[in-house]
Amino acid sequence: MTVMVTTRPTARQACSAWANRHRKWLFAAPAMLFVGLLIIVPLAWTVYLSLTDAQGSVRAESEFVGLANYLKVFSDTERFWPSVWRTFTFTGGAVAAEMVLGMGIALLLWRPFKGEKWVRVAILMPLVATPVAVGMMWRLIFDPNIGFANQLLDWFGIPAQPWLSGQTSALPTLIFIDVWQWTPMIVLILLAGLTSLSDEPDEAARIDGASSWQRFRFVTLPLLRSTVIVAIVLRGIDALKTFDILYATKGKGGGSFHEVETLNVYAFGLSFDYNDYGIASTVLILFFLLIIAIMWMVTYRRKGDRS
Amino acid sequence: MTDTATTPPAADRTMAKGTRRPGQPLQRPTLPRRRRKQPAYPVFRVVVLTLTVLLFIAPLVWMVVASLKTNVDIYDPDKTFFFTPTLDNYANVLGRNNYFVFIFNSFWVALCSTVFSLILGVPAAYAMSRFTMHRSAMVVLMARIIPGVSLLVPWYFIFANLRLVGGFGVLILSHMFVALPLIVYLMMSFFDSLPTELEDAAQVDGLTPIGAFLRITLPLSVPGLATAGILSFIFSWNNFMFALVLSGANTKTLPVAIFNFVSYASIDWGSLMSAAVIVTVPIMVIALFTQKYVVSGLTAGATKG
Repeated sequence: MTVMVTTRPTARQACSAWANRHRKWLFAAPAMLFVGLLIIVPLAWTVYLSLTDAQGSVRAESEFVGLANYLKVFSDTERFWPSVWRTFTFTGGAVAAEMVLGMGIALLLWRPFKGEKWVRVAILMPLVATPVAVGMMWRLIFDPNIGFANQLLDWFGIPAQPWLSGQTSALPTLIFIDVWQWTPMIVLILLAGLTSLSDEPDEAARIDGASSWQRFRFVTLPLLRSTVIVAIVLRGIDALKTFDILYATKGKGGGSFHEVETLNVYAFGLSFDYNDYGIASTVLILFFLLIIAIMWMVTYRRKGDRS
Repeated sequence: MTDTATTPPAADRTMAKGTRRPGQPLQRPTLPRRRRKQPAYPVFRVVVLTLTVLLFIAPLVWMVVASLKTNVDIYDPDKTFFFTPTLDNYANVLGRNNYFVFIFNSFWVALCSTVFSLILGVPAAYAMSRFTMHRSAMVVLMARIIPGVSLLVPWYFIFANLRLVGGFGVLILSHMFVALPLIVYLMMSFFDSLPTELEDAAQVDGLTPIGAFLRITLPLSVPGLATAGILSFIFSWNNFMFALVLSGANTKTLPVAIFNFVSYASIDWGSLMSAAVIVTVPIMVIALFTQKYVVSGLTAGATKG
C-alpha cells in the first residue's frame, strides 16, 4: 500500500480511480438521462402544445390560446366524456374478470400434479402472442358471416351475434379478447404468490375444521393480499393504456360510431389521423393525470392500510 | 388437497389428542376423514383445467388452421375442419408481399433495442440496487406508467423536424424506451437478491469495484440477463404503436405490416392469418424454450409486495 501512495499514479490509474469513485452516477446517469430526455422534454412540449392551436402539418405555425383547449375538451360530451367512460368500463371489466378467472385457475394449478408443465406452457402462449395478430385472429373468429364463434352458436341453436361489428357488443367482445390474452399473466403472478406461501396456516385452518371456501377467504386471500394488489396495479396500468387490439380490430376512431374509442385511441386518432395536435395534447395531459391519480390512490391506500 | 406430503403432521396432531400413549409407536393413519369426502375434486380439477387449456390454445390453433386454407374454404362452413391444406397463403405473403423485409426489420429493431437497453440498463440497475437509489429508480420506472401516445406526439414533432422519422434510429430509440425500464426493473430485483459477499471478496483480492462488477457480478447474473433480454426482445417484437407512427416504408415492422393488410376494401383472410402466424410463431417458440426465464420475468416483484 505504501508503494501505491508514494509513486505518482499514471493517467490510466487516475482515470480508473476516478471512475471507481464516481461509479454510482457513472452507472446510473446514462440510463436516467436517456429516459429523462425522452420523457421530460416531450412532456413539457405536450403541455405547451395543449395551450396552442397546433394542427395540420408538424411544421405549421401555431398560436397560443391559453386554456381554451381544456374548456373545449371538458365541454365535449360527444367524444371526450364517452371515451373516458369507455376507458373505465374496459379497464374495470377486463381487470375484474381477469382477477376472478386468474385466481380460480391459479388455485387449480397450485398443488403439483402430473402434466402441470403442459398447462403452464399452454397458458403462456396467449401472453406472448403479438397483440395485433391476436386482434386479427379474433376478428376472423368473431366475423358475423364466416366466423367460428357464430358457427358454434349455431350448433346450439343460438342466433348469430354481431360481435365486434355491433354497436353495443363491440366493447364487451374486446373485453373478452383482453381477458383471453391477459388472464394468464394474472395466473402466473398469483401462482408465484401462492407457491411462496407456507402451508402451515392453511393446515391449521383445515384442522380447525374450516371448509375449502373458508380457508381460501380467511387464510389464503389475506396472505396473498400484496400479490393481488401488485397484479391489479400492473394489469390496471396496461389495461388503461390498451391500444393494439382496439386499433387492430376496429381501426381509426374506435369504429364508425366510436363504439370502442378509449382515451388512448381518441388521443392517438386526434394526433395522427386528424393531426389536431393542440386538442390531442390536452386529452393526453388529462389522461396522464388520470393514470397518476389512480396510481397514487392505489399506492396511497396500500400504505395507509399497512400502518 | 391432493398433496400427501403435508398430510402426516396434520393427522398426527389430531391423533395426539387422545389415542397416542407414551412409548407407543407413531401410527400412520389412513387418509383423514375430510379427504374421503372429496374424490370429486381431482376430477373437477382435470376437467376445468382441460377446458382452460383448450380455451387458451384453440383460437391460436384456429389461426394456424385458417392460414392453411384457401379463401374459398374459409368462407365455406362445411370445410370448417375438413379441407385440403395449402401453403399458398404463405407463398403469397412471403413472396409477393415481401414479408422477409418486415421479418428482418422486426428482428433488427428488437435485437438492437434489447442490446442497447441492456448496455444502458444493467449498470444503472446495479448502481440503483447497490446504492439503494429508489428515487432515481422511480424516474426510470415512470416510463412504464406514462401512456406512450403522450410521448409519441412530441417525438413525432421533434423527429419529423429533424427529418429522422422513417429511419431505424428513431424506431430503435422508441423501442428502447419500452425495453429500458423493463430491464432496470427486472435487473434491480435480481441484483437485490444477489449476495454481495463475492464482490467484497474480489475487492479484498485487489479488484476495483468496477472490476468486481464486470468480472464477478455480471457472470453471476446470466440468468437475470437472460430473463431481461428475452422479455425486452418479446416486448419490442410485439410493439405496434411506436412502429405504426415512427416507421417508414423501408423500416416497417411485422405488426404494422399486418395491420396494413386490412386497410383495403376486402380482407384476404388466408394471407392475413398466415401473416399473423409468421409474427406470432417465432415468439412462441422462443417462449417455449425459455419458459423458465419468461415466467420469472413476468412475475418478478409479485411476491415482494
